[in-house]
Amino acid sequence: MEKRRGKKVMKNEGEDDADYAWWWLIHKGVTVSFMCIAVFAFLVRVAVSLHPYSGANNPPKYGDYEAQRHWMEITLNLPPKEWYRNSTNNDLNYWGLDYPPLTAYQSYVHGLLLRSFHPNSVTLFTSRGHESYLGKLLMRWTVLSSDAMVFFPAVFYFVAVYYSGHHSGRKSDIVWHIAMMLLNPCLILIDHGHFQYNCISLGLTVAAIAAILSKRDLIACVLFSLALNHKQMSTYFAPAFFSHLLGKCLKRPNPYLEVSKLGFVVLGTFTVVWWPYLHSRDAFLGVLSRLAPFERGIYEDYVANFWCTTSVLIKWKRLFSTQLLKLLSFGATVSLCLPSMVQQIWAPSNKGFLYGLLNSSFSFYLFSFQVHEKSILLPLLPASLLALEEPFLFGWLTQFALLSMFPLLCRDKLILPYMALFALFILIFYLPCGRRDMRETPSPTTLKSFVMKFLVLCSLVCHIVYLTMRPPEKYPFLFEAAIMLLCFSQFMLLTAYTNAKQWKLSKPGTLMDKEKKLI
Amino acid sequence: MEEKTDYSNKPLKPMSNFTWFGLVATCIKLLLIPSYHSTDFEVHRNWLALTHSLPLSQWYIDETSPWTLDYPPLFAYFERFLSIFTKFIDPNIVDLHMGLNYNTLSVIYFQRITVIVSDMCLFFGIYRLTKKLGYRRRLMIWILVIWSPGLLIVDHVHFQYNGFLLGLLLVSLSYLEEGRDLMGGFVFAVLLCFKHLFAVAAPVYFVYLLRHYCRAGLVRGLRRLLMMGVAVAMVFAAAFGPFLYQGQIHQVIRRMFPFGRGLCHAYWAPNFWVFYIILDKGLAFLLRKLGFNIQVPAASFTGGLVGDSSPFAVLPQITPLTTFIMVLLSISPCLIKAWRNPQPGMITRWVAYAYTCGFLFGWHVHEKASLHFVIPLAIVAVHSLEDARHYFLLSIVSCYSLFPLLFEAQEYPIKVLLLLLHSILMWLGFSAQFTETAVTKVSAKRGDSAATKKGGFVIGWIGKSYLLGLLVVEIWGQFLHPYFLGNRFPFVPLILISVYCALGIMYSWIWQLKFIIKSP
Repeated sequence: MEKRRGKKVMKNEGEDDADYAWWWLIHKGVTVSFMCIAVFAFLVRVAVSLHPYSGANNPPKYGDYEAQRHWMEITLNLPPKEWYRNSTNNDLNYWGLDYPPLTAYQSYVHGLLLRSFHPNSVTLFTSRGHESYLGKLLMRWTVLSSDAMVFFPAVFYFVAVYYSGHHSGRKSDIVWHIAMMLLNPCLILIDHGHFQYNCISLGLTVAAIAAILSKRDLIACVLFSLALNHKQMSTYFAPAFFSHLLGKCLKRPNPYLEVSKLGFVVLGTFTVVWWPYLHSRDAFLGVLSRLAPFERGIYEDYVANFWCTTSVLIKWKRLFSTQLLKLLSFGATVSLCLPSMVQQIWAPSNKGFLYGLLNSSFSFYLFSFQVHEKSILLPLLPASLLALEEPFLFGWLTQFALLSMFPLLCRDKLILPYMALFALFILIFYLPCGRRDMRETPSPTTLKSFVMKFLVLCSLVCHIVYLTMRPPEKYPFLFEAAIMLLCFSQFMLLTAYTNAKQWKLSKPGTLMDKEKKLI
Repeated sequence: MEEKTDYSNKPLKPMSNFTWFGLVATCIKLLLIPSYHSTDFEVHRNWLALTHSLPLSQWYIDETSPWTLDYPPLFAYFERFLSIFTKFIDPNIVDLHMGLNYNTLSVIYFQRITVIVSDMCLFFGIYRLTKKLGYRRRLMIWILVIWSPGLLIVDHVHFQYNGFLLGLLLVSLSYLEEGRDLMGGFVFAVLLCFKHLFAVAAPVYFVYLLRHYCRAGLVRGLRRLLMMGVAVAMVFAAAFGPFLYQGQIHQVIRRMFPFGRGLCHAYWAPNFWVFYIILDKGLAFLLRKLGFNIQVPAASFTGGLVGDSSPFAVLPQITPLTTFIMVLLSISPCLIKAWRNPQPGMITRWVAYAYTCGFLFGWHVHEKASLHFVIPLAIVAVHSLEDARHYFLLSIVSCYSLFPLLFEAQEYPIKVLLLLLHSILMWLGFSAQFTETAVTKVSAKRGDSAATKKGGFVIGWIGKSYLLGLLVVEIWGQFLHPYFLGNRFPFVPLILISVYCALGIMYSWIWQLKFIIKSP
């Protein structure tokens, strides 16, 4: 079936060499192309994993790598009840576990793997700050295998669902989209360079999104609950999931039953995951307090969100109490994602849902409490799912997301993979004869293109200045602040654009068209 | 309407395909910089140091490091040229004594980047060779050569400059295919002065140039012969002249041809001699069972260093002269063909065949030398379905035979993924190319595309089971052998790889020989 379609495409496009450019890759069907791109994407990940991780050779605290290793050590050697509790065996001040239980279970499983090959790397106490060739290798392989087992199949599921049925798009567009999703430079750099397991929570989220698109709402609830239980950061998507599912339920004949079914599934999943901590109120609240580290302040380092950027003018941390700031940030976040939620409750649609994910994650990134640079991965995920509809948005966001993480990656000594992956991203984004719209889109007006060129130049200058110059003594973080300011302005503009776009979807005529195309 | 006119005026011109392929490969090469590198890395660092800090007269005499200079002079000049840039990076790199086993980030980045930059030569060669071909063939050749897993493994992980040298070979071949024989011969002479191992194809070049270039009447022929002679002599004079002047030519030659090294490298390259050794061991074993008194040879093949004493228990010893005669004999069919009918369309095949013979029967052959014929064969792989089938098999075998070069666990997924990706791309590319041509042929005849099945890219069952066998060999060597036998017989997996790959290379040799004999 796939084969025949491929031939038809080829015949329609005839002798044109430009069309052959990628025809050879797709003529065996999307599945084979997916395999091919997946192998390439995996190769890139393995190559990035050769590079140093965060906090390599940097005692006493090391970095995220040591945190993950320490969690394996703790979960492997202590009973679950002790994992989140401060004790003589578990010093919570030294990289205490502060992710939900699913991360702890994942650490336990990976710890088992490490113990069977290299017991020294996970023994209690003595393995603190353990660094070795084999240790690094095994740790890297745990991330690689999680990526291969969670993120890749999830993307495949998404592609299968999103492009099933009578999709009118060209196959080369689909293949380009797969490459964009699998070769997202930010995700690769953070997971396989810096060292984290975002691929698991993001993979679960992608799978949940795919389940919603294929109308399996209950499965979507399970998957998204698991994502929430792997990283609390997945809450960034919660408003979108909530509003979309609620909107869908309200459209059905028996809304109460539908909502309660979903509610039970979510509660059930949470109960299973949290089982060891449900025996007493104290244990439950103990874990919960570990997950919400309010004492760390409203922002850390130089993250390109509202609080951090405006702190150049208003010293939030000094002027307001933490309690008030909590309220303020909560109010701001909710009010920014409210329009998108209302739209989804009023007129739930698949495309609207994807925009809703983007909007709610943006509002969290920009306004919520305690945001990290790495959280830009969350808005990037729905943007990558929308890459074919919004290529410009995706390219622009990726570019500035990379810039916003540049100081962090510099500290991790990942400049080389940063540059290589950035280049690779640009190469695939502007694939010769790749996307149809590249050949057909109108060039932007002169003013717009001038502004765009200027911004790209700014970003380039930021990179070069940050690498080569020393900041003045008086303002040691001048360059970080400049990068943050530039990125924040772009993120704000993109948020405004995506919100407007989502609302435009619900205009009667267009909605029908889009729905038809998607289903 | 106004917007419509803007449509044609694209803001972003799609990068030309060729640059795109090259740049993607460069990104991967950059990512591979921190990977494992072999002692060849230190060899080349030492050459940088000794050419930088010693006068020319000392280059082939110096023995500060065990990794003495054993490439021809042009390569030494090349290293001297590269060493100029160390001044801006880290002068310690080229310090003859301080730099020994120097392993900081600066030297790794510097040397790796020199390899990446020198690959421009490969890109240029492949660009020259493919610029006149149809788009589809061109694309396939780019995929095969620019993304060659073998070159990535040997040059960018293991560390060598093969991309650069093979680039020179491709440039020379591209001139010959165009009919510009003088330039072709000149570039080949340059290549020989960079790395003399490429001399295996010299007889083919000699016969071909003599018959193709110099066959133009007596006077013109003689004049051309003279011109070619002068061009080649100039290259050699430029390379070896200074050493001749110093009276060191003997020393240079001795360094370049270290015959004391033995028939096989520590890891046996998958060639004919593997069978010879296995046969010897088998015979010795059998005869001992039958009650004959067979001496255990003093030198062993599995011990690593192989000395001068005969390592064979039963079969006659092999000397460099034997291998030389065997190589020449095996090349001779192709020489006869080149003598009778020197045609530019065949030269790439002949040269590749000569390197195959050199690889199979040569003295002290490295497994890396299989690149010398796999890369040129990529040029002809797109010509016909049989070529493509043969190349598919050969390329996988040759890449697999390089696996033992990267023995550390860190690079294991890299080499496996490279080979896997290469196989998928080859399969997709060849099947697209050949089903596609089948379709156009049929539809041109009949006007419909009903009979598109004809002549697709399919590997026969023998080929398939052979390739599956590779998987079995790998699984045995990596998992089952350590599991069942532990640390005993650590050389068995390596021998297994050599023997199994040697079968594939032998097949390729016979296939090429048959093709050459059958050709008009």
